[in-house]
Amino acid sequence: MTTAPPPGPRLHRLERSAVMGVLVREVINFSSYWRSVTVSSTVEPTIYLLAFGFGFGSLVAKVQGLDYVEFVGTGTVATAVMFASVFTTMFGTFVKREYQRTYDAILAAPVDTEELVTGEVLWVAARAGVYGTAPLVVAMLFGLDPSWGMLAVPPIGFITGFGWASFGVLIAAILKSIDHFSYVTSIVITPVFLVAGTYFPLDGLPEWAQVAGHFNPLYHCVQLVRHAAFGWHGWTDAGHVGALLVFGAVMWRLAIWRSRERLID
Amino acid sequence: MPPLAIRLHGVRKTYGALVAVDGLDLVVPEGTCVGLLGPNGAGKSTTMRMLTAQAIPDAGEIEVLGHRLPGQSKSARALMGVVPQLDKLDTTLTVEQNLVVFTHLYRIRRTERRAAVERALGIANLADRRDTRVDKLSGGMRRRLLIARALVHRPRLVLMDEPTVGLDPQVRQEIWALIDALRSEGVSILMSTHYIEEAERLADTVTVMSHGRAVAAGVPDVLIAEHCGAEAVEVYGPPARLAEVEAGAQAIGLRTRRTGTSVALLRLQDATGPVPPGERRPANLEDVFVLLTGEEIT
Repeated sequence: MTTAPPPGPRLHRLERSAVMGVLVREVINFSSYWRSVTVSSTVEPTIYLLAFGFGFGSLVAKVQGLDYVEFVGTGTVATAVMFASVFTTMFGTFVKREYQRTYDAILAAPVDTEELVTGEVLWVAARAGVYGTAPLVVAMLFGLDPSWGMLAVPPIGFITGFGWASFGVLIAAILKSIDHFSYVTSIVITPVFLVAGTYFPLDGLPEWAQVAGHFNPLYHCVQLVRHAAFGWHGWTDAGHVGALLVFGAVMWRLAIWRSRERLID
Repeated sequence: MPPLAIRLHGVRKTYGALVAVDGLDLVVPEGTCVGLLGPNGAGKSTTMRMLTAQAIPDAGEIEVLGHRLPGQSKSARALMGVVPQLDKLDTTLTVEQNLVVFTHLYRIRRTERRAAVERALGIANLADRRDTRVDKLSGGMRRRLLIARALVHRPRLVLMDEPTVGLDPQVRQEIWALIDALRSEGVSILMSTHYIEEAERLADTVTVMSHGRAVAAGVPDVLIAEHCGAEAVEVYGPPARLAEVEAGAQAIGLRTRRTGTSVALLRLQDATGPVPPGERRPANLEDVFVLLTGEEIT
């Protein structure tokens, strides 16, 4: 004997309504903790901006034809985006999976791992796109001239944040203990944000480091933000966008694959 | 026989060397409440996880409301509600916000969300707590909210994993009343529990699980009559006396069940000699369980 016949159309992969459901959950939750997140996501990069901008700025007059505050102010956007995305998903998804068991409840509803990860990553990327503009606003207070191109900074932050948020989900799905996250921070995150052309140009580094820098997704974000602020560079910028899109797509799929392994027995 | 809400056939699930579910056959006819009875480690929770495709069986067939799992699990999950054993609520949100989230996850139409939330609040008797944050609720209220959350989309099938574990007796009665009301509305229910009284009170049929297998299935009264007879004799005494009674009872063909302070003599109709004196009581589902599995339910 078989069970009762299905009453309606079968559901498929990556449905908008399921992703929206995950996003709505995040938005409603965000209403209960937005203050603390806003402070941590904006204050930290601003401190970096002030420390480097005015600390080194007193020693260095111009870098690549820009005032050092302008150079760092635009570069720090990438750092803010990365911090707001990678740490949020690394710790957030681990806690939701292991301690709060939130994902068990969501996956018992008609939502699959692909939709769950996609919803989480889209939300964090959107947040990163918004919070990433904080250093730019602070830099304006200290002399950075606004320009129309800066309106492209939130979308650039979104694309970059999507990749880093996915990377965070991937790491959370790979590592078994939250204590092991410090390895990733030391070995991956710190070198990436230091060698991205944020605080000093890559030109002065050894050739191998310059080559390696071009494989750093954050470098492409830094370049795009600077070009958005001070003038686009045509196909070069298309290449930067392409690099970020590839990084995002690869990390997104890897994050889904590893999360499925972790969440489904 | 009504159509089936759930059908499992020959389902097996292993975790490395551990066999969690071992060739399980289980059916839940539509509109009935089936109790999945077993001690910790019997495979109940793994079975529940397989029914939501959060665990994938190594072998066997699973069908839920006409959908084959795991391939069509998402369609099946849209028609069922799940009350998990652990609470898994968003604790910083209010009661109402928790329900609103699930109206979206269950794809309830925008125009129907408000009514769905109100209905779920009414079922769980939480309307006056709608604005209370979950971390301010009592354990019983949180469990009621879990049930409300599972019912927000009017599911045809509800899976309940130990719905009253850890609750005090009064709250347990409230939850039972809620489940009973659902059952009378024709919702199919699969409820895992290790509380005998819960299974006796709520389940139309029970499936007794042990070591990943279904060792018995049927209507509680029939199972009791079949395995234990109508009555049992409970003999109390010091350990040496109980051992003596037990040996004597087994010698005249009775089945026995040992607890800490007594020994129960079962299947009195099989006695080939005089039954030792003791306190007579109706045989119960716990006797069946212990007899079939050799394990006491804690």
